[in-house]
Amino acid sequence: MAESLDQIFVTLNHLLTGFAPAAWRPLVAAVISIAGIIGVFASLFAVTTVLERKGLGRIQNRYGPNRVGPFGFLQPAADGIKALIKEDVVPRAADKIVFFLAPLMVVIPAFLVYAVLPIGRNMVLVDYDAGVLFFFAIGAATELSVFMAGWSSRNKYSLLGAMRAIAQMISYEIPLILSAVTVIMIVGSLSTVKIVAAQAGFHSIGLPNWFVFTPWGFAGFILFMVAATAETNRSPFDLPEGESEIIAGYYIEYSGFKFALFFLGEYMGLFAISGLGITLFLGGWHAPLAILEVVPSWMWFFAKLLALIFIFIWIRGTLPRLRMDQLMSFAWKFMLPMALINIISAAVWHFMPPGYERWLVGAAMVVGPYVLLGRGLMQGKKLEKRTYRYAE
Amino acid sequence: MNIVFAIIATVTIAAAVAAMSLRNLVHCALALSVAFAGLAAAYLQLGAQFVGFTQLLVYVGAVAILVVFAILLTRGSEPPTQSVLSSGWLTGIVTAVVVLGVLVYAIAKSPTVAQRSMVQSAVPAEPSVTVRQIGEALMNKFVLPLEVVGLLLTAALIGAVIIAMKEEGRK
Repeated sequence: MAESLDQIFVTLNHLLTGFAPAAWRPLVAAVISIAGIIGVFASLFAVTTVLERKGLGRIQNRYGPNRVGPFGFLQPAADGIKALIKEDVVPRAADKIVFFLAPLMVVIPAFLVYAVLPIGRNMVLVDYDAGVLFFFAIGAATELSVFMAGWSSRNKYSLLGAMRAIAQMISYEIPLILSAVTVIMIVGSLSTVKIVAAQAGFHSIGLPNWFVFTPWGFAGFILFMVAATAETNRSPFDLPEGESEIIAGYYIEYSGFKFALFFLGEYMGLFAISGLGITLFLGGWHAPLAILEVVPSWMWFFAKLLALIFIFIWIRGTLPRLRMDQLMSFAWKFMLPMALINIISAAVWHFMPPGYERWLVGAAMVVGPYVLLGRGLMQGKKLEKRTYRYAE
Repeated sequence: MNIVFAIIATVTIAAAVAAMSLRNLVHCALALSVAFAGLAAAYLQLGAQFVGFTQLLVYVGAVAILVVFAILLTRGSEPPTQSVLSSGWLTGIVTAVVVLGVLVYAIAKSPTVAQRSMVQSAVPAEPSVTVRQIGEALMNKFVLPLEVVGLLLTAALIGAVIIAMKEEGRK
């Protein structure tokens, strides 16, 4: 029973494909899988917008959307209709072709990367030998589309926003990839399926074999998620759209459905990078406890995804936005050295025999640099209670 | 030559031509990145996953962005008034032909090609090189060239920073 429920979508795909003539079967199977991925993650986007607005409302002591449908959960439908019937304003000075292509170029890579995410047992669209590399390569195309949007609008604010976004994305891409490199080193493969398979099973004390439960994996996971927050332009790294400084950044001139596409692309990127974090560090679709393995694998993936989304919303509601120089020095002076040290720490972990010594050395190699780097960067800076001056 | 290759080749060459002949510099840079992506698709079609994805990551993700940034930071992105053809176009064509000749010569003399023509197989054998093999070759057999390239790039990086740095002494 549990087995068939686990594989229900795979069986369904086989069943549907069976109706097609034999020559068309691979194509039909692929189309069904793609339709499934797009449908599921686009619905998740709709649900997340409501959850985020309600969560932020809760943090800020207000209600959030609660008018449309039960508990406001039909709000995305209303928003979608609004976006569709709004006037599509294009600035007269805008570069028409690039202006039109930019939102599409944001959405297409955001959806493409789902091809290599294993969202359940036997549920991955393509098992590339270089899956993780595929993810980062396609993700790199987003930077160009952000530039296209910012430049083609012929607006100073949007150009500033695009410059900020690209500078930030390039800077944080390095710690993002370097923190993922540790997992690739330990597994010895770039294939996402093999990475998930390497995290199967449980420790003797009942903990799952996930990489986050090792010293280097823990540090790598934190670095990865911080860099992912910056890559997806989420608060507290949302300087490219900082409303108080540059209004809305690179998509300031976009209205109607094109704006909705940017919104969609941003959330799809967020889900995809969280999915990669789950695949790399949180054991993919594996259950956290041995007795919970009866629950279907895809449910675990989405449970972990929703947990990460909750953390993202929580952080957005509670942390203030960074300044541009703080953002850059955080990436280059703290994240990058930590990620490099973490690679050495993973190598040491790999070559030491299993036992307590390995844990001690591994933990020391994470905590030591963290404390030293943190202290070192704080030198010469006076930290005291902030005093505010108000206009009289 | 199959239809997928025909499409990829057409798009790549059209984008490359556009990158040379468009008047707006930013359009040229975007067309150039399309040509880079087309090359990556060609590599992927040949079964070279690692090279294909690296091409995307490095050229579309970094080089194209660098080009775009350089255009934005150095001059206005207004279209030029004079001819887009550089005055040294004849020298350019000669250089391109010479480079092409060297490449064709090198590929024709390659031992892999010689082997394949000896076997005379109707279907060219699929290159079954995994990412793992590439990594192991880089870390064992070719580790010294890799380190030398790394050193060279680091030196270039430091040099670029020194050139770009504000000179403190002269004001």
